[in-house]
Amino acid sequence: MITLTINGEEHRLDVDPRTSLLDACRDHLGLTGSKKGCDHGQCGACTMLVNGRRINSCLTLAVMHEGDEITTVEGLGEPGNLHPMQAAFLEHDGFQCGYCTPGQVVSAVGMLGEVADGWPSNASKDLQNGAELSGEEIRERMSGNLCRCSAYPNIVDAIETAAKTTKEPA
Amino acid sequence: MNKHVMDKAIGETRLDRNTQGIIGKGVDRYEGPLKVSGRATYAYENLAGEDVAYGFVVPAPIGRGAIKSVDTSKAESAPGVLAVISGDKILRASSQPMAPAAQTIDGEVFHYNQPLAIVIAESFEAARHASHLVTADYEPKQGRYDVKARETVRKPDAMPMEPVNERGDFEKAFAEAEVQFDETYTTPSYHAAAMEPHASVAKWDGDRLTVWSSCQLLETNVKQIAAGVGLDVSKVRLHSPYIGGGFGSKLGIGPDAVFASLGAMTVGKPVKIALTRQNVFQQTSRRGETVQRVRFGATKEGKITCFAHETDTTNSPGNGFFEPSGISSVFLYPGKDRRIAHTIVETDALMTSAVRAPGEATGMLATESALDELADRLGIDPIDLRRMNEPKVNPQDDTPFSSRMLLECIEEGAGRFGWGDRPQKPGTRREGEWLIGMGMSSASRKNSLMKSSAEIEMSPDGRATVRTSMTDIGTGTYTILQQIAAEMLGLPLDQVDVELGDTALPASSGSGGSWGANSAGSSVFVAAEAMIAELAKRLDVDAETLTLKDGHAIAGNRQIPFSEILKGEAITVLGQIEPGKTDEETHQASYGAHFAEVAVNVVTGETRVRRLLTVGAAGRILNHKTATSQCYGGQIWGIGYALEEELVIDTRNGLMVNHDLAEYHVPVHADVPKLDVVLLEERDTHASPLAGKGIGELAIAGVGAAINNAIYNATGVRVRDYPVTMDKLLSQLPDDYLTAA
Repeated sequence: MITLTINGEEHRLDVDPRTSLLDACRDHLGLTGSKKGCDHGQCGACTMLVNGRRINSCLTLAVMHEGDEITTVEGLGEPGNLHPMQAAFLEHDGFQCGYCTPGQVVSAVGMLGEVADGWPSNASKDLQNGAELSGEEIRERMSGNLCRCSAYPNIVDAIETAAKTTKEPA
Repeated sequence: MNKHVMDKAIGETRLDRNTQGIIGKGVDRYEGPLKVSGRATYAYENLAGEDVAYGFVVPAPIGRGAIKSVDTSKAESAPGVLAVISGDKILRASSQPMAPAAQTIDGEVFHYNQPLAIVIAESFEAARHASHLVTADYEPKQGRYDVKARETVRKPDAMPMEPVNERGDFEKAFAEAEVQFDETYTTPSYHAAAMEPHASVAKWDGDRLTVWSSCQLLETNVKQIAAGVGLDVSKVRLHSPYIGGGFGSKLGIGPDAVFASLGAMTVGKPVKIALTRQNVFQQTSRRGETVQRVRFGATKEGKITCFAHETDTTNSPGNGFFEPSGISSVFLYPGKDRRIAHTIVETDALMTSAVRAPGEATGMLATESALDELADRLGIDPIDLRRMNEPKVNPQDDTPFSSRMLLECIEEGAGRFGWGDRPQKPGTRREGEWLIGMGMSSASRKNSLMKSSAEIEMSPDGRATVRTSMTDIGTGTYTILQQIAAEMLGLPLDQVDVELGDTALPASSGSGGSWGANSAGSSVFVAAEAMIAELAKRLDVDAETLTLKDGHAIAGNRQIPFSEILKGEAITVLGQIEPGKTDEETHQASYGAHFAEVAVNVVTGETRVRRLLTVGAAGRILNHKTATSQCYGGQIWGIGYALEEELVIDTRNGLMVNHDLAEYHVPVHADVPKLDVVLLEERDTHASPLAGKGIGELAIAGVGAAINNAIYNATGVRVRDYPVTMDKLLSQLPDDYLTAA
């Protein structure tokens, strides 16, 4: 039996040690918002925040996360009360089929936190003193989240809009 | 039922009057709040929290051979395993879109990693583990895996077009032409790579089967499932309200739909199966590789006199589908004497089928590069060459075009993009390590209207609900159907609901071939007309005199809320659209033009797309926001096809070497610059009652060629073997970088 804290709620779970954090949510806890696109950390559709950091939840086992604060797309907002990032994706049409969308949204929220914390990226001009959130920075930092419908231009616009209203991760 | 057959051009409609002001507007997606918050339920996610079992597919680790025996005993005794299913009901791969059933394995392995057996267990982890315990004995056979080797050549089916289209005597005309252009282009195999792997959940109650699966064409898909499990179709119900991308790969059922169903019927509880990403690559379908010979005969001034486009493509035994690379060539390019032909080279790799814009997506990589090369050889601007060769009627059979705004798109794009600033001589513009160039191409996509039906129910409070078995694969179907109903019925958008993706609803065209919006949208238009007639009847007025706005009917000086007209009683009407004479009497297609600016690094050979503009004309645009998003998708696929994507098939055994998302390179955020899309005002009154045409596949047609042409303009290097990767450029780039940098 393990206890997972997801979106502020505690879940007691008897889980196979081979179960990934992603499958624990999707198959055992009814939290199907996080998506499985590849199960190999290649597509980003399963992105969750663990203690505020974005991770590929398909690449980590559920049993490793007792005591962690886990946030999934469901924890950010819901219809009628969307998180500013979710609302910006809706307004800018930052999705089509919607399957990569939870991962993009959660990844974007985590990414803004990394920029706020002064983490540089491969696109940063200055590695010491933080980075300005440019389109180039967003594209570089979001490249781990694939979108085959190719909503990329709208996703970048959505993140720029949301960045103006959210400075901190959820 | 109200039925409209498209026998003549449509006149002015309520959509033209735009009384409610909703049609065309870029409103947010109807189902958007569910998708951005993770509440939209995709196939695998159904029956969450219920007592279900999990399936895992066992792949055969050889390319071709007979299956002598399968040993399932170890797997069956593994912890948590409920059943192992093997034998002749196992499917080879997906179904072809319109086929009555998917092919079964019949005791053989037809391609590498073909399904061999299915393990059903109490957990995903147990099923996955036990899948490795299934063993088999094979009698290997020699397979054929290289299209270029042309070991077995055969004629394709007449699907999705006639494989051979000839007029006049091409060979004679070409021999006599002043200028002879003759080059061969190759495109690799591609994978649709939709983000949602093919997945299904099946529930069997002893008599009826309910399946949730990721499917584009529910009406044919439900029959394919029924055939796969040996049930009458009346016993099967298929749900697919949300689909995580299709791009053609879900036109036919995935093997998971039948496997989950067989599993549920065997173990007596619902079964979930999602194919692994590797199995999506190896066990569904793919786009065939092509070898395309393009020949133009022309005068020295650039007038094209004859044209041939001959394609070798591939499929596996028993599959007549072919990648119709010449589909646009038939009507796009002139030439009195012409030949557009396709041949299947049969191979033993995974079957090929439709992927986004079958035909245009590969064919125009060749023909639109060829036109650029021809212009270059003649010393003519590529736009002038196209202007000079714009046919007035369909050059294949002289039918008139319903509308054709190709030159308008090119002119508009050239002005906006600054085409006049293009380097006249290739390889002459340089910024440090980067060579800069511009290229353009035409775009076209054949239009089609399919039979489709929908019902509209108006409830006593005056709200409307649209219902059809139509699907939304990310294309915006929910939203445009909501908009059409709201505009026609004069309802605020939030007074209209849309239910899709269920075979219990009126039969629809499904999503494919860019026909969805036009076909399903027209069925809603027809149903709305029937609803208006009902309302008019109750008011005792002529429907034509009735104005509908904000939930009220306005007739003469009377303004009555719908709820008052309905008097507590709901009205339900059914509408159906069918293609008719306009389809034979006119040639219908969407048109566009792409403009690209690239920078090619002289040190590494890396190409960066700096700017990309697409101008399109596709009849009435139903929602500017979702239509623009569709075009972004096409443009970005074009970047992938030009620069990155290639499904590498091992010619020894048919293994897809790069069968995952790390190695099959689809474009990522960092590959894509800010894009521009411009949609021209157009009404194609022959195409449908909406006066619209397909747009989803227009923007992919030709865009990769525009990028390739820009690379030539930047570097002076012409690559005819897609994708244009660094290795193909590097040896021919200037080697002066050490001094120049």
